[in-house]
Amino acid sequence: METKNAIPLSKVGEGFLVSVVGVDAGRGLRNRLISMGLFTGTQIRIVRNDGSGPFVISVKNSRMALGRGVADKIMVTLSG
Amino acid sequence: MTIERQKKITVALAGNPNSGKTSIFNMLTGASQQVANYPGTTVETKQAHCTYKDFRITFVDLPGAYGLTAFSEEELVARNYIINEKPDVVVDVIDCSNVERNLYLTTQLIEIDVPFVLAFNMSDIARRRGVVFDNGRLSTLLEAPVVSTVGNKAEGRLALLDAIIAVAGADRKPRTHRIIYGDEIEKSLKRIESAIRSGHPEIASRYGSRWAAIKLLEQDNEMLTKISDSPLRGVLDGEVVRLKRIFRDDPETVIADKRYGFISGACQEAVKATVELRHTTSDLADVVLTHRVLGLPIFLLLMYLVFYLTFTVAAFPMAWLEQFFGWLAGFIAALWPADVVNWLRSLLIDGVIPGVGGILVFVPNILILFLAIAVLEDSGYMARAAFVMDRLMHKIGLHGKSFIPMLIGFGCSVPAIMATRILEDKRNRFTTIMVLPLMSCGARLTIYGLLIPAFFRQNWRGPVLWLIYLIGIILAVVAAKVLRFTVFRGETTPFVMELPPYRVPTLKSILNHTWIRGWLYLKKAGTVILVFSIVLWAAMNYPRVEDESLTGKSVEQVQQAQLANSIIGRLGRAIEPAIRPLGFDWKIGSALIGATAAKELFVSQLSIIYAVSSRDESSTAPTLRSHLQADYTPLAGFCIMLFCLISSPCFATVAVTRSETGSWRWAAFQFISLTALAYAVTLVVYQLGAFFIG
Repeated sequence: METKNAIPLSKVGEGFLVSVVGVDAGRGLRNRLISMGLFTGTQIRIVRNDGSGPFVISVKNSRMALGRGVADKIMVTLSG
Repeated sequence: MTIERQKKITVALAGNPNSGKTSIFNMLTGASQQVANYPGTTVETKQAHCTYKDFRITFVDLPGAYGLTAFSEEELVARNYIINEKPDVVVDVIDCSNVERNLYLTTQLIEIDVPFVLAFNMSDIARRRGVVFDNGRLSTLLEAPVVSTVGNKAEGRLALLDAIIAVAGADRKPRTHRIIYGDEIEKSLKRIESAIRSGHPEIASRYGSRWAAIKLLEQDNEMLTKISDSPLRGVLDGEVVRLKRIFRDDPETVIADKRYGFISGACQEAVKATVELRHTTSDLADVVLTHRVLGLPIFLLLMYLVFYLTFTVAAFPMAWLEQFFGWLAGFIAALWPADVVNWLRSLLIDGVIPGVGGILVFVPNILILFLAIAVLEDSGYMARAAFVMDRLMHKIGLHGKSFIPMLIGFGCSVPAIMATRILEDKRNRFTTIMVLPLMSCGARLTIYGLLIPAFFRQNWRGPVLWLIYLIGIILAVVAAKVLRFTVFRGETTPFVMELPPYRVPTLKSILNHTWIRGWLYLKKAGTVILVFSIVLWAAMNYPRVEDESLTGKSVEQVQQAQLANSIIGRLGRAIEPAIRPLGFDWKIGSALIGATAAKELFVSQLSIIYAVSSRDESSTAPTLRSHLQADYTPLAGFCIMLFCLISSPCFATVAVTRSETGSWRWAAFQFISLTALAYAVTLVVYQLGAFFIG
């Protein structure tokens, strides 16, 4: 689960493609994210990151808005 | 006469939010829908029937869900419906533009082992983008019929109905393709399954041992509570630890991964061209509509438009309705001689017609408001509004969407409370409902309109009015925060929301939404209000004053004597010692009790108490004001307004709170705690004010 270069999703800028290495959250949130298609291994593109406030990503062909608190809990690595 | 033997089938509609489930439901059933809440929940359900060939088919629209976990009320409702009610067929609506994610729910239907049909919806958009589905191949892999549909254009209706009756009539065969979770997980499942079968045969027979085992391994709250103190718990915990050690991850993540693996396997074989779809225009619109600077003003402008439509345009039909009920009361009064069964005449003219009429006049309001909300929801903008507002609302522990009902609350609490249906999370929704009456509604403006000019000089009137509204907002914010830390404590639902692509809403679905909600309002609020208005009428008119003592007095004086003698008048006197510290006397007390029916009644109650005619407002309003000036200080006047702002929401609000929360307890909680808050705040203000002003 731990990867050396993992950073929180909230720190990634717009347009980057990342892949999820872990979701450091409670069971409820993790399951919600899983059923929306976001879990370890998922590829994510960052559509919007204003540096504060909520956050927009593209997952499996759909747009998702995440609160910053949620984005802080999703650990990712850059995937080119 | 031949009686046709119709076979009955029950079909449940499942699907992700935004998959077009509602359009499929409308396509299948037409307009004959009934809306109700699932027992014990606030989740809305729609039911409707349709006759096709020899079958009488009942459709049940399940709440939109991404999965069937126990982590959200909607998903649990959907899952329990499927497990407990055992519908003959489930129609799983799949958004064609997002097949992989939508099929995740399907994998859970496979696990529950319920017969289902897949409706690949919005297939026209996918087709135009060059995505090709091999329906036959998909059907073989998922072991269920696959039908292409376009819900909002009613394409694929007959094919879907045929598939439904074929599945309902077919013999159940065990599936050949199960979702295989890999050696280690399967090993654990086997052990847990055998522990279930030996220790909990009731779980095995109700849920199926494999499904129960999977759910337990996923640490599903609802299933875990069923096995709390049994040896099965030990077996389960052992397996979870074992799997965690092997995978270095939670079993549920591994299980989810296998499900998505199963899906992508099927898609690779049967879906051609999985390019990124349809987001180009949507993304462009989002650049403007959710812009960090522009987003908020655009949202406020749209809300202003909704507000304007609801309260300005609806004012015309509202005035017509008011005139109609006035005419109706006059008509009956003229037709019905005053000495024939007088009590019934008075009940009708003074009680039922103004009471029920007072609710019916809000119908144009409600319809226009829900029309506007339906457009915002169906077009996909609502999700963006929540996105824009989340930054602010998050600070008081509420969801971005809570802002919309709160804004509507400045017009009227009744439609505002109904508008909280856009909030999915129960804690959020209930908190919003509880504090909503603190948004000063239009009816309360009539009270300020009477009192402010009576007690304040011209250049103070604007600021005082502003202050009253501001106090309401501040109290709402504080109360919301307090509620989120006490009664509705719990993890704030993290903000995770899909932003569906923008769509042009269809007229049919918007009208449908509007009509269903409008009807619900009429039915629920209407019946309760009828009862309340009869009770209030009786309390104002009984016990009667002896006729002899009234001879030679004017109509106004008779009314005054009657009210003073009535239950309400007596109650006013009874509570006088309690409200004295607030600067109120029995007259204000009686008017306040009357105003619990509707806030605007406060003014007409005072008119009766001071025996001034309320008919001709232009000439008598100043007289009422001069009476008030003689009896009360400006401080007391301000405290009256403060109390009216905060205290006891009107009966219509109580009735709607009860129907929207599903219990009288919450309605009573709201009523009592707001009145207690009003008392406390007014007491402090009056006593401090009296101390400083002297």
